[in-house]
Amino acid sequence: MTKILQVKNLVTKFYTLDGVVNAVNGVSFDLDEGETLAIVGESGSGKSVTMMSLLGLIPMPPGKVEDGSAIFESEDGPRNLLEMSVEELRDIRGGQIGFIFQDPISTLNPILTIGDQIAETLTRHKGLTQDEARNQAIQLLEQVGIPDPELRYKAYPFQFSGGMRQRVMIAIAVSCTPKIIIADEPTTALDVTVQAQIVELFKQLREALDVAAIWITHDLGVVAGIADRVLVMYGGRPVEIATVDELYDNPQHPYTIGLLGALPRLDSEESKRLVSIKGTPPDLLIPLQHCPFAWRCEYAFDRCWEEIPPLYKVDERHQTSCFYDLEKGGPRHD
Amino acid sequence: MADNEAFAPKTADSLLDTEKTFKDKLAYFGRFLWRDKGGIIGLVVFLIVVLAAIFAPVITSQSPFDQNLRASKMPPAWQEGGDWEHPFGTDSLGKDIFSRVIYGARVSLMVGLFGVLIAGALGLIIGAIAGYVGGRLDAAIMGGVNLILSLPYLLFVVFIAAVLGRSLLNVILIFGITDAPIFARVTRGEVLRIRRSGYIESAISAGARWPRIIFDHIIPNLIGPLITLATFEMSAMIFYEAGLGFLGLSVPPNEFPTWGNMLAAGRKYMTSYPWMASFPGLAIMFTSLGMNLLGDWLRDVLDPRLRRSRK
Amino acid sequence: MTKYLLSKITQSLVLLFGVVFLVFFMVRITGDPAALMMPRESSPEQIEAFREKMGFNDPILVQFSRFLKGAVRGDFGASLHFKTPAMPLVLERLPATVQLASTGLLMAVIIGIPIGLVGGFTPGSLIDSIGRFIALMGQSVPNFWLGLMMIIYLGVGLGWFPTFGRDEWKSVVMPAFVLGLPVMGQLVRLTRSSVLEIRGEDFIRTAHSKGLKPNTIYTKHVFRNIAIPLISVIGVQFGYMLGGSIYIEAIFSWPGMGGLLEQSIGWRDFPLIQAIAVFTSLVVLALNLLTDLAYSIVDPRIRYGR
Repeated sequence: MTKILQVKNLVTKFYTLDGVVNAVNGVSFDLDEGETLAIVGESGSGKSVTMMSLLGLIPMPPGKVEDGSAIFESEDGPRNLLEMSVEELRDIRGGQIGFIFQDPISTLNPILTIGDQIAETLTRHKGLTQDEARNQAIQLLEQVGIPDPELRYKAYPFQFSGGMRQRVMIAIAVSCTPKIIIADEPTTALDVTVQAQIVELFKQLREALDVAAIWITHDLGVVAGIADRVLVMYGGRPVEIATVDELYDNPQHPYTIGLLGALPRLDSEESKRLVSIKGTPPDLLIPLQHCPFAWRCEYAFDRCWEEIPPLYKVDERHQTSCFYDLEKGGPRHD
Repeated sequence: MADNEAFAPKTADSLLDTEKTFKDKLAYFGRFLWRDKGGIIGLVVFLIVVLAAIFAPVITSQSPFDQNLRASKMPPAWQEGGDWEHPFGTDSLGKDIFSRVIYGARVSLMVGLFGVLIAGALGLIIGAIAGYVGGRLDAAIMGGVNLILSLPYLLFVVFIAAVLGRSLLNVILIFGITDAPIFARVTRGEVLRIRRSGYIESAISAGARWPRIIFDHIIPNLIGPLITLATFEMSAMIFYEAGLGFLGLSVPPNEFPTWGNMLAAGRKYMTSYPWMASFPGLAIMFTSLGMNLLGDWLRDVLDPRLRRSRK
Repeated sequence: MTKYLLSKITQSLVLLFGVVFLVFFMVRITGDPAALMMPRESSPEQIEAFREKMGFNDPILVQFSRFLKGAVRGDFGASLHFKTPAMPLVLERLPATVQLASTGLLMAVIIGIPIGLVGGFTPGSLIDSIGRFIALMGQSVPNFWLGLMMIIYLGVGLGWFPTFGRDEWKSVVMPAFVLGLPVMGQLVRLTRSSVLEIRGEDFIRTAHSKGLKPNTIYTKHVFRNIAIPLISVIGVQFGYMLGGSIYIEAIFSWPGMGGLLEQSIGWRDFPLIQAIAVFTSLVVLALNLLTDLAYSIVDPRIRYGR
C-alpha cells in the first residue's frame, strides 16, 4: 500500500494579540491510498487546524506553520506540501485534494448558482469549457442524488435544504477526481437521519472513486461506520492512532477511554451511567511541557507532569502517547 | 475514583510562570493605549471642548457680546493689524471672535446633549414598544419611522425651523424629535434580537420577574449601541445647528453666539475678512472629529461581537 | 420579484402621501398659516384678506383635499415671491441640482471605492491609513465650511476654479467635491469594512479550497458580494445629495433647487418651499425605488423572496 500522505511533526501556532496559541503541537500520521482516516477530538483539539495548515488554508497573519513536513504523492511525484508556494498549492487544492466543510449555508456563496460553483472547479482544474463543465456538473449532481439536476443547476444555495447543500459540497469535492478528500465535520450541522444519508453517499463515492479520505469529527458514532483508522487528538497533540476495531475494542489512552465511555451504546448494560470526563480542555495559550491530558487523567503520575509523552507502539498499527501502560497497570518502560 | 487532589498539578512550576514583570505590564498597557489611541484622542478633545465651555469666563476675559466698533474687523493676533487682546480677531461689530467661539461651545454642546437626550428617550420608548409588542403596532410605528428616515432630512428640518422661528429651544426640540426615529430603529433592532435569542424566555423560566428582566437583560444589551449612536448623533446635531445658523434659522447672533450664526455672519465678509468664518468652522471640525473618534472607539469597545484579535 | 417590486411601489406611494400630508400640516403648526406667510408688518386686515384668498378659512378637510388634488396635478399654488406657479420654478432648477449631485457622486465613487478596496485587502497599509483619514475627515468636516474655505483659498486666492454660478464646466468641480466628500468618506469606510467582512466568510475559504485563482476569487466571490451593500448606500446617498444640497448651492451660488430653497426661506415663500419639499421627496423616493430594484437584481435572495 503506498502512502499517499505522510505528515511528520506538524507544529502550527497563531500569534494573536492575546498571546501565542499553540494549536498544533507535533502531529504525525500517515494515510494510505484509498484509506479513510478519521481524526477525532473535541473543539480546540487542533483537528481542523492540522488539515487546514497543510494546504495553507489558515489565516496567515496570525497563523504560522512552524515545523514539520507533509509529503503528498501528487501527480508530479512526492512533494512536501509545507514547502510549496501558494500558486503550487492552488493547483492541488480542489484538484488533487478536495474539501468538504461543515456548514453548507455559509460555505457556499449565496449569490451564485450552485451549478456555477461546481463548474468553476471544473473549468479551473480540468480546463473544460463552460458547456462541458455545465454538463459534467449536472452529471455530478445526479451522482450525489439531487433530483432534477438540470433544473437545480440554476438554483441558489438558499433554495436547498441542509442535506442537499452538503451533497452539492460533496459534488464539488469529488468533481476533479481528487486523490484525497478532506471532510471537516461534514455531518455535524445536519439532522441524524440526513447524516446517515450523507455518510451512505460518501461510502458509495469512495467505493466508486477509490479515493483516500480524512474525516474530521467529534462524533465517535459516525467514525465507527466510516473509518479504517482513527487518530485521536487532544490539546493539539495526537494521543492515539489505531484501526477502528482496535480503538473500540482495546483503547489504550485514558482520553480515548473517556470518550468511548461517554458514548451511549446500544449494547451496554441497562442503567449504566454515562461517564463524562472531568475537567476542561487545556488553555492553548500556555505552551505545555507535559502531557496535555494530565489534569483530567485518573492515571497521571510524576512523569506525566515532566515530559511530553511521545507515541509508543502498542501493536502493529496501534500507537498511543501515554506514559501509563493500561494493560500492565503501571508506568510504561521505554 | 480519583479525588480532587488529582486535578491539582503535582509540581507548582509545571505551569509556565505567568508572573509578569513591571516592564511587561507597562508594555501591555502601552499596546492597549496605542491600539485605542483614536478613542483616547477623541476623549481628550471632547473633554477640552466641555471644559472650555464650562470655564469660558476663566479662559477669556473678553465678553462675547461687547461691541467695539473702533476695533471691528480686526484680523487674528498673529497677522498684521492684530492684537493679542483679540486672539482670533473681531467681527464686523467689533465683538471678540475668540470668546464667541468659546461661548459658542456652550450652545453647541447643549444642543447636542439635550437633542440627543430627547431623541434617545423618545426613540428608546418607541423602539422598545415596537420591538416588544410586535405585530400591527410594530408595523405602524416602523412605517412612521421609515417615512421620516427616508425623506430628505435637511429639508424638513429647515422647513420646520423656518416655520417655528429662531430660538434655542426650537432647535433642540426639532433635533430631538426628528432624530428620534434613528434611536427608535436601533432600539427596536436590539429588542428584536434579544427576543429572538431566547434570553427572555430563559430568564422567565428561571423565575425572574419583570423589573429584573428589564434591568439585567434588556438594558445592558441596549446601552452599548445606544451610547455609540448617541455620540455620533451628538456630533451630527452640532453640524445641523451650524447649518441652521448658517441659514439664519438658529439663535439670532445678537442674542447669543453660536458657531452656526458666526458662520453665517462670516460668510458675508468671506473674501475680505476670512477669519470670521474660519474659526467657528475649525471649532466645529475639531469637536466633530473628537466625537467621531470617540464614537468609533466606543463602538469597538462596547460591542462584544466585534472583539476579535486585531492584527 | 414582481411581488417585491409592487410592494415597494405601494410603500413609496404611501410615503409620498405622507409627505404631502406633512407638508400641508407643517405650515399650519402655528395655527395661522396666513400670519406665517405674510410679512411681519402686515395689518390684521391684510392678513385676513390673504387668508380668504388662500382658502385658509375653509374647514381643514376641505383644505387638505384641495391641496391633495393640486399636489397630484403638480399644482402647488403660486410662489408668493415670484407670483408665478411654484412647481415650474422648481422644475426649472432641477437640471442644475442633478448635475451637481451626479458629479459629486461620481467623484465619491471613483475615489472612494478603490481606496476602500485597497484598504480592505491590505489593512494597515499606507493607503488604508489614508483612506481612513479621508473617511474621518469626510464625516467630521462641516462641508459647507469647507466650501467656504475652498472659495477663499482655492477660488479667490489661487484662482483655480470659479467660485460661483454655473457658467463654465470648471464651475462644478469645487461644489461637487464638497458635496461629495462626506459620501466619499462613507464609501471608503463601507467598502473597506465590507471587503474585510466578506473575506472572513466561510464561502471565501471554500473558494480558496477549490484552488481558484485569486482574480476569480476577487471578482466573482468578493466583489459581487460587496456590491450589495454598496449599491444600497450609493442609491440612498444620491438621494440625500439631491435633497440636501442646500448649503453647497447657497455658498457657491449654484442655480439649483437647494439654492432656491435657501432663497425661499429668506422670502418666507412657503408655497414655494412646499413645492420644493414635495418634489425633492418624490425624487428621493424614486431613487430609493430604483436602488431597491438594483438590489434585487444583484441579490438572488431578494429576488426569489426569502
